Amino acid sequence: MSLMKVFGISGSAVSAQSQRLNVVASNLANAEAVAGPDGQSYKARQVVFQTQPTADGSAGVKVAQVIEGDAPARRLYEPGHPMADAEGFLTQSNVNVVEEMVNMISASRSYQNNVEVMNTARQLLLKTLQMGQS
Amino acid sequence: MADRLTDAVEFHGRALILRAERQRVIAGNIANADTPRFAARDFDFRSALAEATGYRAADAPGSRPAGDPVRMRATHEGHVGGGGGAPARIDSTVLRYRAAEQPSLDGNSVDLDRERANFADNAVRYEAGLRFINGSVRTLLSAIRGE
Repeated sequence: MSLMKVFGISGSAVSAQSQRLNVVASNLANAEAVAGPDGQSYKARQVVFQTQPTADGSAGVKVAQVIEGDAPARRLYEPGHPMADAEGFLTQSNVNVVEEMVNMISASRSYQNNVEVMNTARQLLLKTLQMGQS
Repeated sequence: MADRLTDAVEFHGRALILRAERQRVIAGNIANADTPRFAARDFDFRSALAEATGYRAADAPGSRPAGDPVRMRATHEGHVGGGGGAPARIDSTVLRYRAAEQPSLDGNSVDLDRERANFADNAVRYEAGLRFINGSVRTLLSAIRGE
């Protein structure tokens, strides 16, 4: 019954999108984090989606890997800060907050889309169960 | 006689299976709306249904050498039809790539508006198929009961 497979497909998408939301949350939470004594600051993370094809033409989706952005870290001049280096600069993360907000909206829309697909499939299945009874 | 009674139900049953298959394919497109280099897919419902029900409008010889529907041979006049037609299944050989109207930078060709419209359209047609089947069953039952 291929309507049952819709749950697997959309479920994989919902799970992948929620992982994307998690990564966005982590990026936003660490947007203002400053580098520790080792000078390494938080690097923005991005998920990489990949199709999971099967022989019957279904196409689920999975998170193939989580990559770290290689944008340069932000540097702020704050000589009074305890974590500032010898020249008075603070090294923050390389998270672009605007990009992350856009990412978040896109992920939440995709999540909603897939939930709606599952709802429709569920209604159709319930009606199929009542076939011939009306 | 019995096959005439159930012909309509069987036709709509096969159409229903194909509708469910299409629902699955479109769900896959929507699921991959954010996957780079994913190509949206769909299949031609008319030809898939024609193949599944063994009905071909253009019955030209040699037009379809492969995938010819297998039928049971009726060697007695009392034999009922063997439900001709290939099993209503969709695999990657039937699926075609949809042409992207507005290609995106990451090579993804899913048009989410179009997919959602297709999904809703397909759901309505699935329900219509269900009602046709329910109607046929009701007709059969009232004929059996003689009420």
